[in-house]
Amino acid sequence: MSEPVTPLAGASFDGLVRVTETGPQGMIVLRCPEDATDAREAATAVTGTKDPALRRAAVSNGTGILWMSPDERLILVPRAKSASTVAEMQAKLAGQHALVADVSDARAIFRLEGDPLMVREVLAKLAPVDMRPDHFEVGEVRRTRLAQVAAAFWLEQEGTADLICFRSVARYVYDLLCTAAVNGSAVKHF
Amino acid sequence: MSTRLSHGGRLTDRSTPVQFTFNGRSFSGYAGDTLASALLAGDQMMMGRSFKYHRPRGVVSSGAEEPNALVNLGQGDTHEPNARATTTEIFQGLKASSQNHWPSLEYDVGAVNAHLSRFLPAGFYYKMFIHPRPLWKHVYEPFIRQSAGLGKAPHPEARDPDTYEHFYAYTDVLVVGGGVAGLQAALEAGRAGAEVLLLEQTAHWGGRTPVDGGEIDGLDPDAWIEKAVGELEAMPNVRIRTRTMGAGIYDHGYVLGYERLTDHAPGQPGPRHRLWRIRAKQVVTATGAIERPLAFAGNDIPGVMLASAVRDYLVNYGVAVGDRTVVVTTNDDGYRTAIALKRAGLDVPAVLDAREYGGGALMDQAKEMGIRVETGRGISKVKGGKRVTGVATCGIAGSGALIDEIACDCVAMSGGWSPVVNLWSHCGGKLFWDEAQACFRPDTDRAPTGADGKPFVTPAGAANGYLYLSETLSDGAVGGRTAATATGHAAGDAAVPETSAPVEAAPRPVWMMPEGAPYEYRAKAWLDYQNDVKVTDVQLAAREGFESVEHTKRYTTLGMATDQGKLSNLNGLATLANALGEEIPQVGTTTFRPPYTPISMGSIAGEARGSVFQPLRRTPMHDWHEAHGVQWEPVGHWRRPYCFPKAGESSEQAVHREITATRDSLGLLDASTLGKILVKGPDAGRFMDMLYTNLMSKLAVGRCRYGLMCSENGFLSDDGVVARLDEDTFLVHTTTGGADRIHAHMEEWLQTEWWDWQVYTANVTEQYAQVGVVGPNARKVLEKLGGMDLSAEAMPFMTWADGTLGGLQARVFRISFSGELSFEVAVPAGQGRALWDTLMEAGAEFNATPYGTEALHVMRAEKGFIMIGDETDGTVIPQDLGLDWAISKKKDDYIGKRAQERSFMDNADRWKLVGLETLDGSVLPDGAYAPTDGKTRNGQRNTQGRVTSSYFSPTLGKGIAMGLVHNGPDRMGEVISFAAADGTTMTEARIVNAVFFDPEGKKQNV
Amino acid sequence: MLTIQCPHCGVQAEETELSPGGEAHLSRFGPGSEDQDFEAYLFFRENPKGVHFERWRHVHGCGKWFHAARCTVTMEVFGTYSAQTTEPPKALRDKISEKRPGWTWRDIA
Repeated sequence: MSEPVTPLAGASFDGLVRVTETGPQGMIVLRCPEDATDAREAATAVTGTKDPALRRAAVSNGTGILWMSPDERLILVPRAKSASTVAEMQAKLAGQHALVADVSDARAIFRLEGDPLMVREVLAKLAPVDMRPDHFEVGEVRRTRLAQVAAAFWLEQEGTADLICFRSVARYVYDLLCTAAVNGSAVKHF
Repeated sequence: MSTRLSHGGRLTDRSTPVQFTFNGRSFSGYAGDTLASALLAGDQMMMGRSFKYHRPRGVVSSGAEEPNALVNLGQGDTHEPNARATTTEIFQGLKASSQNHWPSLEYDVGAVNAHLSRFLPAGFYYKMFIHPRPLWKHVYEPFIRQSAGLGKAPHPEARDPDTYEHFYAYTDVLVVGGGVAGLQAALEAGRAGAEVLLLEQTAHWGGRTPVDGGEIDGLDPDAWIEKAVGELEAMPNVRIRTRTMGAGIYDHGYVLGYERLTDHAPGQPGPRHRLWRIRAKQVVTATGAIERPLAFAGNDIPGVMLASAVRDYLVNYGVAVGDRTVVVTTNDDGYRTAIALKRAGLDVPAVLDAREYGGGALMDQAKEMGIRVETGRGISKVKGGKRVTGVATCGIAGSGALIDEIACDCVAMSGGWSPVVNLWSHCGGKLFWDEAQACFRPDTDRAPTGADGKPFVTPAGAANGYLYLSETLSDGAVGGRTAATATGHAAGDAAVPETSAPVEAAPRPVWMMPEGAPYEYRAKAWLDYQNDVKVTDVQLAAREGFESVEHTKRYTTLGMATDQGKLSNLNGLATLANALGEEIPQVGTTTFRPPYTPISMGSIAGEARGSVFQPLRRTPMHDWHEAHGVQWEPVGHWRRPYCFPKAGESSEQAVHREITATRDSLGLLDASTLGKILVKGPDAGRFMDMLYTNLMSKLAVGRCRYGLMCSENGFLSDDGVVARLDEDTFLVHTTTGGADRIHAHMEEWLQTEWWDWQVYTANVTEQYAQVGVVGPNARKVLEKLGGMDLSAEAMPFMTWADGTLGGLQARVFRISFSGELSFEVAVPAGQGRALWDTLMEAGAEFNATPYGTEALHVMRAEKGFIMIGDETDGTVIPQDLGLDWAISKKKDDYIGKRAQERSFMDNADRWKLVGLETLDGSVLPDGAYAPTDGKTRNGQRNTQGRVTSSYFSPTLGKGIAMGLVHNGPDRMGEVISFAAADGTTMTEARIVNAVFFDPEGKKQNV
Repeated sequence: MLTIQCPHCGVQAEETELSPGGEAHLSRFGPGSEDQDFEAYLFFRENPKGVHFERWRHVHGCGKWFHAARCTVTMEVFGTYSAQTTEPPKALRDKISEKRPGWTWRDIA
């Protein structure tokens, strides 16, 4: 089996912040009832993190869990482990009301790095989200609209934002991020 | 003449000259000048011509309210029409030109209209051009278009080189307006600890106070403003921004801010404009006030200007608009202009004060300076053509009998001040009429309310009707404190800065000058400069029965120009009220709508241009297609190959080649865009039975089934192949355009109707790249890749299997949309390109031919397969398409079943799908109708059918078509005629079975 | 442009993150039902000046449907609640009664 190919082959851009297509990243969708203990434990067992609270990310070094909705989590694992992790979780949850599916190839993932306030500004040009430092916290996951497409992002730490979108619009999202981060366009608002 | 004085100009930097051109002529100004001030400094008094009569017009104001001085800026790609000279900051190399004249500003052919003005009253166009109808299109409209219009739109091929962007900002308190009231409001809210964003539309803080004078906290206004701005800049919770206009206030605290970043300094990096999309918990509108013109004959002659503007040009830019200025006023503020001019050494032959007893301290000061003051006086008529030469004075009452004539080259008029209530009103704030000050003011008991039902806008300062410095400042403080308190911050109660300014006497409202002006004066007294609406026009409208101010506005075009009546509205409605014999508040105002002044289309579009104009969805094989000469077809946001023309090949030839190669040997289709949705759970079968008309719950694991989905209204909405992956998991394939819609449809029913059913869905469309491997050699090429048993025995038609193909983890579906032996191979998207390359390489010996959507369409039509969106249009039910076999009779219910029980749907007498074959072998026009005898009640021909798909079939060598025909399946063999788009050319076609090719299915079942 | 709080994820979402779903609390009429009932279910809708109950989906967000009580005149949002209920919660109805005494909507008051 050949190596996974990300849609933009790791493209990157330097402007107000550095924009990089990261990945490949293992991504697994888990849908289960809010009170499904087994399914939650199956997820935390493969990531070694806790199950995140409402709208939070429990992620370190590309492994962890994102809260997507009350009955949906996105599990991040190393790309090489996604297929085996899906198989493992499906086996563990056989017969239970839970959906586990590999979506590693369905998404693209980007990282914005640089001046913490500039990272916030670039996102604030594209998403209807309150990006003020004391309003959008490190570790909060925001599913929202990025210009004309759906996206989700979170701050791993100040100055580092990770952003996920659908694979087919990876080029559009990358171009958007680069446009918003072009030198000379700093708002200097935050 | 108008000139630059040897000194003065608080906003200009005389050490930095700036060269620019106007109508090709070179001018010189200084850094800090507006285009208007720099043109006036060069004695360019005329700046444009009016819209209707092409009258010569000069600048009348010094700010955003300017109706006359509209210019074209830039050339070619950067050309922009209708820019206000008063708000355009000049820069080195600026190119401006005047508008609405031909052949030149000085000599204009259209000015003949002015001599016809008696014959072009309000409503003239409506009355004149209504009959005879045909003349409108061919004579009247072209003529009117030629002679009317302001600036020229950019050339269609011009491409704006600038960039634009949006910015989402959130704040506790937004203060719009950086005059002294806005500064004080921001200071109060900031000191209380609220997060504050303060916007000012110009490049300067402080508004008009530095020009008008007075003292704040014992300081000169400029010094106080500098101190206030310094304090604001030092507060970490306050953000301030100049050149940013609060453009509009909308529901739930949404405010648009329009920031102009490089208009004054083109060539700088970064966006030209930025549209701020602000959510504020509280908004303070400190938007100031605008001076009103006076309605006297000749009040539009260049040189007649608002008194405040004359003062602004003098104080801010060191420009004298005239050598001899007559001031005509209804209030004390007009005296400030007389005093300022006199101080600068300019001649003020008289102040004409409409009030019988004149004004207060300012009048006394003017008199002490030796200025002649005449009370109870007005102007009956201004003399001059392209420039004021003098005024005839008269008593304010009466019909304008001449008292004397005064030679002058400038008239400074002040009809009183109107608070700028636009932003207050945008989101529903109501107004009340202040009789004493003769103006509408915000009624703070009826403020705009937000999501919580509480008021979220507070007017402050002059915008709230507090026009004098002391009350402006204290009301600014109240506004800031109110907003801070409403956002949960404890506002301070420190004393508001002390102010000192002369006490002013009451104004006298004057709506027409003189009050008994005869027709010939009224017909030259302009209310709306830009749209050429005069006192007589509004009076005519009233006589003709237009009682509502909204109707009068549209009939006369009062207030409908680019300035939206900032100067004309109140004078116009006062004139209407007088004509109707009503009070002003009874007549009411027209609606104020955003934006406050026009904002650029670029700023609205923001980043959405070029490569990010709209999202383009790409499959994993996109780059290969692009590199191989693809012709794209947009399908939703996807780009799908339409065909792959080779060198010298037309697209039609390419399509035919692709079809023939596929039918003869092997075709490859990028099918990655097809929707793929997982449906899983203990109740998945039950749910699938509701979604589909078919009985999906009985589909065996490992099998595929073609299914139909309907809306609750019964109409066919999507189709596709369902694969059962295991006992409680289905994989639903949707059409390319249907994936998101159908996924949403599923979630809607699961979340809002059957929420107790245990089913989860996941849209995995983009997880997989999918390739259709189609044609007699399809199995051979896949066997060459190796890894799976794809024999007819191991993998019969309508089955699927997981496995490894050529080293790639794959899921293979044996399904066909072409009538050929066909497999669809799905691999993880990241492997899509590898699969495609492998298939092209392995398929080389079979002439593997990539094909696009058009070949797909023709091949499915040859087989009589329907296409959602061609055979369906939202009014077609499955039964119309002969798909009764796909509708389960065993189910109690499915979405759309009840609707299909309605008498007109459960009925054989409908238009139904058939094949159509032209008698001459030609291709029927797509969408053509078949007329039949008789006419409808509208006098149109009755129809009996229409073409839904029509192609040339290279396989059969003739045109084939499908169509919906009244009782079609019962009329096999009958010949009916279809009309071409011209309605008369008829093509005869025979009704036949829709399956044109291989009806026995021999080719696919191998 | 409205902002409405999604009761599922807590985001105070602006309208561009949401998609509207029309009137709330419709009862489905399926096969065998009377024509009049089916017609009313499919086509008849309230068009109140004042209190209204609507369906919304946080489509560019957590993807969940919810209900909102809103005043169509002032745009005030009285509250949001789960889509998985057949009538507005009592606490919300009481809150609306405080603000709009005497309100009615269909057969709810």
